[in-house]
Amino acid sequence: MRHVIVIGASLAGLAAVDGMRRSGFDGRITVVDSADSLPPDRPPLSKQVLGGTMSPESATQPMAARLDDLDIELCLGIGATSLDAASRRIALSDGSTIVADGLVIATGATPRTLPGALPGVFTLRTLEDSVAIAAELDLEPQRVVVVGAGFIGAEVAATCRSRGVEVTIVEAQDRPMQRVMPGSIGDFITTLHRDEGVDVRLGVGISSLLGSSRVAGVKLTDGTVIDADLVVAGIGVTPATGWLEGSGLELGDGVVCDETMLAAPGVVAAGDLARWPHRRYGEHLRIEQWDNAIEQGGYAGRRLVSGSAEPFAPVPWFWTDQYDCKLQLAGRVAPGDEVRVVDGSTAERRFVALFRRDAHCIGAVAVNRARHAVQMRAKLSEPLLWADALAHFGVDDR
Amino acid sequence: MRITVDYDLCESNAICMAILPEVFEVREDDLLYILDEFPPEEYRSKLEEAVRRCPKQALTLED
Ligand SMILES: Cc1cc2nc3c(=O)[nH]c(=O)nc-3n(C[C@H](O)[C@H](O)[C@H](O)COP(=O)(O)OP(=O)(O)OC[C@H]3O[C@@H](n4cnc5c(N)ncnc54)[C@H](O)[C@@H]3O)c2cc1C
Ligand code: SF4
Repeated sequence: MRHVIVIGASLAGLAAVDGMRRSGFDGRITVVDSADSLPPDRPPLSKQVLGGTMSPESATQPMAARLDDLDIELCLGIGATSLDAASRRIALSDGSTIVADGLVIATGATPRTLPGALPGVFTLRTLEDSVAIAAELDLEPQRVVVVGAGFIGAEVAATCRSRGVEVTIVEAQDRPMQRVMPGSIGDFITTLHRDEGVDVRLGVGISSLLGSSRVAGVKLTDGTVIDADLVVAGIGVTPATGWLEGSGLELGDGVVCDETMLAAPGVVAAGDLARWPHRRYGEHLRIEQWDNAIEQGGYAGRRLVSGSAEPFAPVPWFWTDQYDCKLQLAGRVAPGDEVRVVDGSTAERRFVALFRRDAHCIGAVAVNRARHAVQMRAKLSEPLLWADALAHFGVDDR
Repeated sequence: MRITVDYDLCESNAICMAILPEVFEVREDDLLYILDEFPPEEYRSKLEEAVRRCPKQALTLED
């Protein structure tokens, strides 16, 4: 392999480059991204940058400082428009085509939008989004409506509230972060936001956006009208695979890979758009998390240039910051799992809770208990008996 | 080889501790302690990984 093209210069794409270089690959690497400047580190966009405590220029991704060492040809402002996977021929938005020996697909995901776009309605993915919403907050809006209480919506609500703005969260599910969190942890998040003065509406959707030249409010599916001069939608993302239609790659809520992140001969995928069968969990996963993008990117890069690898099967892990709470979740949990608080308490906003399925502990959440979160992540890399997990915290099985 | 942490950036999320507990420890007081500021050469790749995966980019490895 002499020339590798990486599509997407964000976390997963540059981690793949790093992985290739670390495996000793000294061939040519071209990295292409449709963004006009190097993509930022995204976590601060809903936290410090939005809150005004970090300058937008400071939100740089970990690899940004090491670009020179990576020895790449970086093409910014150029998008990939199509691919033929069999010949690894890529068409670019500037009209050129390139053929490579190896290909890393890392185009991430794009936010879903509410129907009926109006000025004053935002999504949050890019640095520009974050700066634009922060500028709106500088104008001291009367009320912000955050649509969706996934982790980005919940963080945006917390950041806006911390800036003294009145906030309403509207979430169609019965609980925040319902997709990734068992119910009682969702209840903790609801209480957290309510205690901080956020108006949290659950189990109700948006039926329409109100306003003509600019958003003036939202109408809910139960008929309620909420006045708002700013609306931020955090209603999930879709994998950025539009350019791969007709490429010959299997698409299905992401780029479908094998156990080693291989999507086709000489083609790997990583990050928010990659779906792969996780050997231990026996199901296909697609993970939209920071640490996964780095770990999976690095893995995919190594795998591409070295040709073989153990299956990729990490314990998922992510964090979110809301108010004074740093929440970390390790493992693979489902809404129905049994939850047991084994350390601290939700009232103190400092606790560890374990999740049980059958005889095993399959995940843990820690709020302001970081060391326990990472220790549990390490333990969860092997099957962990429920009794052993409890014993680790000195708790009796009852 | 010297590993240092910028405590103005570090948020004690213990990622580094997960990677190399021999050098990084977040204690009950929620502070990160560097157990060995001049760690042995055998830890180099783990140290580099910790530098890379610190979400706050608070770690620096110098030769
Ligand atoms: C506001 C926000 C806060 C977050 N906070 C956290 C957090 O606290 N904890 C956590 O674990 N995770 C968090 N995340 C998630 C994390 O940032 C993502 O999982 C990570 O960015 C995924 O990296 P990626 O490289 O797969 O994709 P992306 O970062 O989406 O990068 C994809 C890149 O591909 C480029 N691209 C797209 N299409 C094309 C094309 N056709 N041609 C060329 N280039 C293209 C895009 O311009 C983009 O730069 C957050 C995300 C956001 C948006
Ligand atoms: S990973 Fe970074 S932020 Fe986290 S404890 Fe270590 S140095 Fe601090």
